[in-house]
Amino acid sequence: MTGDTVISVKDLVKKFGNFTANDNLNFEVFEGEIFGFLGANGAGKTTAIRILSGLSRPTSGRATVAGFDAGTQPEKIKKNIGYMCQKFSLYEDLTVRENIMLYGGIYGMKLPALKERIHQLLNKLRFEEYENRIISDLPLGLRQKLAFAIAVLHEPRIVFLDEPTGGVDPITRRQFWEMIYETASMNITVFVTTHYMDEAEYCDRVSIMSEGKIVALDTPAELKRQYNAESVEEVFVKIARPPNPPKSGLKPEPDTTGMI
Amino acid sequence: MQKIIESLAIGKSFGETRALKDISFSVNESEIFGFIGPDGAGKTTLFRIITTLLLPDEGEMRVMGNDVVKGFKELRKNIGYMPGRFSLYQDLSVEENLNFYATVFGTTVKENYDLISDIYSHIEPFKKRLAGRLSGGMKQKLALSCALIHKPGLLVLDEPTTGVDAVSRSEFWEMLKKLKQHNITIIVSTPYMDEAMRCDRVALIQNAKILTIDSPVKIKEGFTRKLFRIKAGSKYKLISVLRQFPRVVTVYPFGDSVHTTFIDDIPDNSLNEFLVKAGIDDAVIEESEAGIEDRFLELMETDKTPPL
Repeated sequence: MTGDTVISVKDLVKKFGNFTANDNLNFEVFEGEIFGFLGANGAGKTTAIRILSGLSRPTSGRATVAGFDAGTQPEKIKKNIGYMCQKFSLYEDLTVRENIMLYGGIYGMKLPALKERIHQLLNKLRFEEYENRIISDLPLGLRQKLAFAIAVLHEPRIVFLDEPTGGVDPITRRQFWEMIYETASMNITVFVTTHYMDEAEYCDRVSIMSEGKIVALDTPAELKRQYNAESVEEVFVKIARPPNPPKSGLKPEPDTTGMI
Repeated sequence: MQKIIESLAIGKSFGETRALKDISFSVNESEIFGFIGPDGAGKTTLFRIITTLLLPDEGEMRVMGNDVVKGFKELRKNIGYMPGRFSLYQDLSVEENLNFYATVFGTTVKENYDLISDIYSHIEPFKKRLAGRLSGGMKQKLALSCALIHKPGLLVLDEPTTGVDAVSRSEFWEMLKKLKQHNITIIVSTPYMDEAMRCDRVALIQNAKILTIDSPVKIKEGFTRKLFRIKAGSKYKLISVLRQFPRVVTVYPFGDSVHTTFIDDIPDNSLNEFLVKAGIDDAVIEESEAGIEDRFLELMETDKTPPL
């Protein structure tokens, strides 16, 4: 990874009252990188992602995303990122075409360019026959692939994926990762959060958060070597949670339902 | 050994959609039996039939000696069910939830405390807290305690670990293992292949059908070809180049490598040359043992059912 830095986080702190959700985070993510962002429930991942996607401001420190400051230019950040999560991405009662048109419109794409992209996209996913079907009629695997294609429709610098392949069958899952590799090869950065450590194995580098801090950050191979582990899962179990039940585990994560 | 569940050719449809086709299996006493398959495969429908919450259209099923249709009243007393969605009352406290479930089943927390003490002790310090304010891992422990409080013979867990972090998931599986010692039979569903290895036996389920049933080790051993793990700097390029290699059969990305099989099981020496010519000069090729997911992929390839 020798690309430019697209996410730069420096001494980032986020507090909710007395509770420190993000405790002095420092990391960089590069152009075209597939970056895995891991942590136990309540470790502070969601808080950090909300800041990186312009939905929340840092208490102190600085985060720069696609060249824009998360504290002062959140609207500019939102224009330059894509987001997809497993639970909600597409409007189920709209057709495939309508969903693409809607998101294209939201991201301010001009109609001729958007029509061209729809054509390309349907063709590439072999989705032509589904163009006018409503989303709730589609199998889950197709929905997930479409949701990802829409998240990168406007060619963002970075796309955030939350447990992207959770619950899909093994073949669809692999097609999905191939789409991710292809996206990364086009210099779009892919930022993945997941509880499933086998998804982490696909990433170029992963960070592991625990109690608001980043406790490890490296390639999966290097982490396994350092912690003398067979898998990222084993590394995670060794370091992601302190031996005593953490206080932070009790704090509900901030509501993310409004997140796009 | 007594069969806890005997299912014979169970079928279920919702309108045009076949949710389950010809589902036959049996579960032995004190077994941890896993149903592994993607969302929409039919796992929840099957679990709802087992717990007498849905009637099958076809076939027969007996659970602990009772027919799931005619014997539902008897059966319900002896089943603990933890549905996929959070089953607790969010606006009751931890303690109130547990007392409520005990009362509904005509027992008391005290009577069966033994059974849940290992699990409940993790959350007991927070017994006054509302269930809605617990973390994911703790909700899961409370839901399990509630499903166990009437000492059921069969515990039915529908995706208990979805959305829960790896540490809590690991703890959860340890708890299930301990429950075996109390002669509780457990059936559990999950979309995650890595959890299959924690079960005594598993059924792989896809498109409303069972593809295979066996111990996880036997399922892995069922892989029919030789598997090669190939690594290179650019996985995207490696995948597309491998697909063009004339002797290749399957190419699947798998974590940091690409799992590949070849005609006659041999990549042959020309592969390296082929890769180098295509601009990949850092490839590492090694033969590898197949995992359960490799076998699932192989079974899906040979399953001729078109996707739903």
